[in-house]
Amino acid sequence: MKVLMKGNEALCEGAIRAGCRFFAGYPITPQNEVPEYMSWRLPEVGGHFVQAESEVAAINMIFGAASTGVRSMGSSSSPGISLKQEGISYCAGADIPFLIANVMRGGPGLGNIAGAQGDYFQSTRGGGHGDYKLFVMAPQGVQDMIDFPTHCYEIAYKYRVPAMILADGIIGQMMESIEMKTPEIDPKNLKEPDWALGINNTGRPKRRVTSYDLREGMLEKMVLERVKRYRELEKEVLWEEKMTEDAEIILVAYGTSARVSATAVKMAREKGIKAGLFRPITLSPFPKKRLFELASKTKDFMAVEMSLGQMVEDLRLSINGKANVHLHAKPGGSLIAPEEVFDSIIKVTKEGVKDYATIK
Amino acid sequence: MQLLNERPKSLLDVSMHYCPGCGHGIVHRLVAEVMDELNIREKTIFVAPVGCAVFADTYFNCDAIQGPHGRGPAIATGIKRAKPDSIVVSYQGDGDLASIGMAETVHSAARNENITIIFINNAIYGMTGGQMAPTTLIGQKATTCIYGRDPKVNGYPIRICELLSSLEGTRYAERTTVHNVAGVVKTKNAIKKAFQNQVNGIGFSIVEVLSMCPTNWGVRADNPSEATKYINDQMVKIFPPGVYKDVK
Amino acid sequence: MYLGARLSGFGGQGVVSAGVLLAYAGMLDNKNVSFFPAYGAEMRGGTANCSVVVSDEQVASPVVTAPDVAIVFNEPSFAKFEPLVKKGGVLIINTSLVNSKSTRKDIKIIEVPLNQMADKLGNSKVLNMIALGALSKVTNAVSKESLSEAIPKVYKKLKPELIELNRKAVLEGYNYIN
Repeated sequence: MKVLMKGNEALCEGAIRAGCRFFAGYPITPQNEVPEYMSWRLPEVGGHFVQAESEVAAINMIFGAASTGVRSMGSSSSPGISLKQEGISYCAGADIPFLIANVMRGGPGLGNIAGAQGDYFQSTRGGGHGDYKLFVMAPQGVQDMIDFPTHCYEIAYKYRVPAMILADGIIGQMMESIEMKTPEIDPKNLKEPDWALGINNTGRPKRRVTSYDLREGMLEKMVLERVKRYRELEKEVLWEEKMTEDAEIILVAYGTSARVSATAVKMAREKGIKAGLFRPITLSPFPKKRLFELASKTKDFMAVEMSLGQMVEDLRLSINGKANVHLHAKPGGSLIAPEEVFDSIIKVTKEGVKDYATIK
Repeated sequence: MQLLNERPKSLLDVSMHYCPGCGHGIVHRLVAEVMDELNIREKTIFVAPVGCAVFADTYFNCDAIQGPHGRGPAIATGIKRAKPDSIVVSYQGDGDLASIGMAETVHSAARNENITIIFINNAIYGMTGGQMAPTTLIGQKATTCIYGRDPKVNGYPIRICELLSSLEGTRYAERTTVHNVAGVVKTKNAIKKAFQNQVNGIGFSIVEVLSMCPTNWGVRADNPSEATKYINDQMVKIFPPGVYKDVK
Repeated sequence: MYLGARLSGFGGQGVVSAGVLLAYAGMLDNKNVSFFPAYGAEMRGGTANCSVVVSDEQVASPVVTAPDVAIVFNEPSFAKFEPLVKKGGVLIINTSLVNSKSTRKDIKIIEVPLNQMADKLGNSKVLNMIALGALSKVTNAVSKESLSEAIPKVYKKLKPELIELNRKAVLEGYNYIN
């Protein structure tokens, strides 16, 4: 059965279906529906909600709750995510899995409250201090918002890394008809992780959740052990392709930009231009191997993003000089129109512009 | 031979890194004794701060977490809400609790989180090398106020027990000292009450302990009693010991 | 089939909730739908508007920049959206509050005195339902039956007599269009 749901609310319902039972957050547009929904919904399923005094306190409440093995979640929008970075780094450093959603808005600074994609670097490079990575998924609609939390928790717990859902204001605020497909997980049926803090009535060894080791060489060892898991995590890469087999130009876009690009591809095909779409579903890890493969037969790639051009750098690293990489970028929380992207496709394919880059 | 005293079960047999004459070791032992006496060791989750007590997560014989500077009460909130049957203690110093973590301190009290906070006030940043703390006394020298704290430049020391006692959510706030035997006994009783309150579900309880920092107070190693004297003669004037809040 | 709609008016005219209802009705008609509110910083007053897409195919952008149909509930909305309606599209004007006349020859203009009609039905709040009834007739994008069915699904707390009144208002708008 289909239901009509707002992206932010679908995200909450998806997280609860995935067994989330703790949420701490702070109001910020355009993610306000998330704490609002969680505040009444979590108690219904025996979970806990705290409205924190700050973004910083919220992420640390999550650090505490997640350390007990309870599936925990946080959410915010760009400026709030910046404030949380110290806490995210601690969680990554202590190998504590949890889910965090960034419903991106225009920046830098206070920016505006429209949807944007300017936090790509922050999300895919760790974001806070130190060497670490997150598992990052980019939803392109409300169905993804309800589906992704289950997968995020699965990966986060398997590899002991924090997982992020990188959405934007448009996906958070829009309503779409969706299906509730993911199974409902009862946390009681989940095995307690062997690192979880809690009541020790079995005489097991004491457990410590910590991100530090001051002994000489020991932190290096700790980080290198984590790197092994990051390497394993590479195989969890996900992407989607549309009409790439015969494409002379492949648009590469995630989230809202991928939706817009799909329309532009359609417009191009109607005009006889062989355009295709490559949509990274995971941004970290990034589908670089597949893009490199595609570069052996397609000579033009164009990143389409609602930023100054951030993902394009990963695209360039993936293609590694094997094909041309172009850019259609739009910063400042403005939506890209499919017609503009179509124009850029024409510039590259018909007018043969080299290293095409437009920032509109 | 008769055994008069032994290491509390809640304290691991490891050597601590604290300086000679420091008050942390005394308070650690008192916390451990209370955990033994209330039989809560297996239920306790210890939240270690950033500061001199950063390694405390390795000293106590219970599950422990070490978190960002000042965020102990937020971490404790998350743990307690997620695992309401556990006993959660956040152990913090003055820079941690009264400066960078002031918001977490105030709001966990305002929410009446059912947690226990042990607050070590030695009026200085210890681990980083003697900088001015939010509780540094007027005139007291520190590496960031080398001529002594000047209120015109540095403002005034913050009295945490007085401040928190104005909040409805604070259930118990007491200030004690560990500079003499009577103070140590009172400190233990206060710590015990702060834990007992959590066991009984009474709510937010904090014990502020005035504690010595001979190293950063510039006390000569051959005359450690100067540190206890400083508490006795100076600190208690600004931070009077006593029960500031006790809601049954 | 693709319909991109833009609904705009004062806060309180039920513009946003009408948008949700339109999307819901489209869903009941087995279409792909999206609803997107323009969320401003102001909470009360000001202009409220939203985008709704009803389509056989997957919805690309949920933000409708060149609407196939726009419903303007007040004067400022007319000024904003009249020029944006796609060539060959439809502009539904609430003549109770909009005095301006469109000079565009390339779009279809539908004039409906929404406030007067709603008052006649005994409840000034149902003007948004009248507008949706008119949209259903003009565009065929959603059926009046689905609009009717969606009412209690979207407005879960509505009393039975008000559900009936809202349904009546949809029909009123539908029948107003020849």
